[in-house]
Amino acid sequence: MKRSNYYKYLRTHKLPHIWCPGCGHGIILGAALRAMDELDLDPYRTVAVTGIGCSARTNAIMHCNTIQTTHGRSLTFASGIKMARPDLTVLLFIGDGDGAAIGGNHLIHAARRNVDLTTILLNNSIYGMTGGQYSPLTPNQKKASTSPYGNLEKDFDICKLADAAGASYVARGIAHDPRHLSKLIRGGIEHKGFSFIEGISHCPTYYGRKNKLSSPFDIMRWVKERSTRVKPETFNFSQDMDGVIPVGVLSHRNIPEFTEEYRKLVEQLQKGEET
Amino acid sequence: MNSGSNVQFLQGNEACALGAIEAGVRFFGGYPITPATEIAEVMARELPKIGGVFVQFEDEIASMGAVIGASVAGTKAMTATSGPGFSLKQENIGYAIHVQIPCVVINVMRGGPSTGLPTLPSQSDVMQARWGTHGDHPTIALSPHSVRECFDLTVRAVNLSERFRIPVIVLSDAIIGHVREKVVIPKGEELTLVERKKPTVDPEDYKPFKDDGTGIPPMANLGEDYLFHITSNNYDDEGFPATNDHEIAERRIKSLYNKIERYRNEIDDVDLFMVEDAKVVIVAYGSTARSARRAVMMAREEGIKAGLFRLRTIWPFPYDHLRAVAESANHLLLTEMNMSQLDSEIRSATHGLETKLYGLHQSNGMLITPKQIYDSIKGMV
Repeated sequence: MKRSNYYKYLRTHKLPHIWCPGCGHGIILGAALRAMDELDLDPYRTVAVTGIGCSARTNAIMHCNTIQTTHGRSLTFASGIKMARPDLTVLLFIGDGDGAAIGGNHLIHAARRNVDLTTILLNNSIYGMTGGQYSPLTPNQKKASTSPYGNLEKDFDICKLADAAGASYVARGIAHDPRHLSKLIRGGIEHKGFSFIEGISHCPTYYGRKNKLSSPFDIMRWVKERSTRVKPETFNFSQDMDGVIPVGVLSHRNIPEFTEEYRKLVEQLQKGEET
Repeated sequence: MNSGSNVQFLQGNEACALGAIEAGVRFFGGYPITPATEIAEVMARELPKIGGVFVQFEDEIASMGAVIGASVAGTKAMTATSGPGFSLKQENIGYAIHVQIPCVVINVMRGGPSTGLPTLPSQSDVMQARWGTHGDHPTIALSPHSVRECFDLTVRAVNLSERFRIPVIVLSDAIIGHVREKVVIPKGEELTLVERKKPTVDPEDYKPFKDDGTGIPPMANLGEDYLFHITSNNYDDEGFPATNDHEIAERRIKSLYNKIERYRNEIDDVDLFMVEDAKVVIVAYGSTARSARRAVMMAREEGIKAGLFRLRTIWPFPYDHLRAVAESANHLLLTEMNMSQLDSEIRSATHGLETKLYGLHQSNGMLITPKQIYDSIKGMV
């Protein structure tokens, strides 16, 4: 395997990053940078968009066009960018609070429209930047600063939501296996349509400490032991996984992409054809 | 709408859409809301014909975010809404002000608060246009009083937004938006269009928010030969977060204000009607100004020296222009379809003058009539 030169996609003068020691976000960013390198993306024709929170700190250190937006709204900005300039490659790094809570509606509709965006949701099961409050992706009964007696809300599968909403490429990877995650992200960038990749990260500082998993090693092993590789040909979102986390490409379908369909409409109208 | 002719019989909303297209708007992020929806409908029909993009988004927040994204990508972009939608857009409007992204937001005002009076006219979003989004910030807001002005001020809004790298708000209202008038639409070549200033430095030297001496930093578009970062945090000249540096924070916030204050001569826009010898001056804007103009003529017929000070640019408020007119007047009447939102601006502008101040305000979804204003004038003199 070729040694990756992903440093070319880093603004090295902006390092070090601000993530806590042991955070999984850097691993997931590294996986994305490797995918960019393998595809030899032109930084001048690539835009990385983020929202608010720990996940939003990915793009300031990336060497490409980078836009950090408002909380949960990154998919709306990215949609506008892609619709105005379909030739650009647009990547998003969103968080579990950012993408599944405050930005949940935008996720549904970007997926439904099937706009050619590659969205990486860094799931650390918590609102980290604000000090460890529970998010929609905090598992049931787990503790956070705003669920001191355990989270009463049910487990939520954000990949299942993305698939149901119409995302045409849905995958899940874990920080424990960055090479595999990189392959999943690469598949998402190559796919023409809305790609959604959940990267299971970890937050030893808040989530880990409150849930007796404060060692990054322990928390990564906890995730690893509970995950299993699946293939899109055989995986089915309705199957009972009995608490096991399915990892890999979960669904993949070729359906018309929004900006492509829009371009066809413009061409038809400009030729004076009936629509 | 009769395409192909310059003389048209149009609604104000249709004129806003046509003005936007003539001004070069090629991206519209929409969401249905009465009484603004016709703007989206015209854009949905016309934009794809000329290679522009119309998309109806999932909500008002998304349409505003997409407009900003499209603008960063180099496309003149616009959205249109009414009160409840304007509330929802405020977060992203603040973002665009902060990171200096040009775009236009049309607010066809209806009665509030909340769902309020859907969809009777109102002018009660004037202060929301000024202070709707959090934090210290400048605002440019324009107010048309006719269908033709819906066209003209939308063109002007696009131009000002590109010139000053700021969202510009057009405060129309349910009357101006829906009234139909015969209008002569200017041809493309009669219009002066403004494009954002592009950087000319080497890409390695580009600092996206560095003042080039004009107060308005040159703006590169995405996908060109400049790489840049934009952040919602306070930022340095390179566009990177600077959240613990008081000196940079102060310079940033002052630069946002100064780029507007410095060019007030390009932004201020008032229409003076019979004010030269006026002893009674009415201050009005939008549809209320139509009634006020009529009331001035009625008063003049009675020998009362009345005049109209009409705000075409509401924000920044033209304090100096108003003071100059108020100095020679005995009475000043502010009339608006709200509970007197501009009252404190009028008091600031006339502070220390002997001019007596009056208000005629109505916030019940009804247009203020010429007779009401005329009666107020009679009551004053």
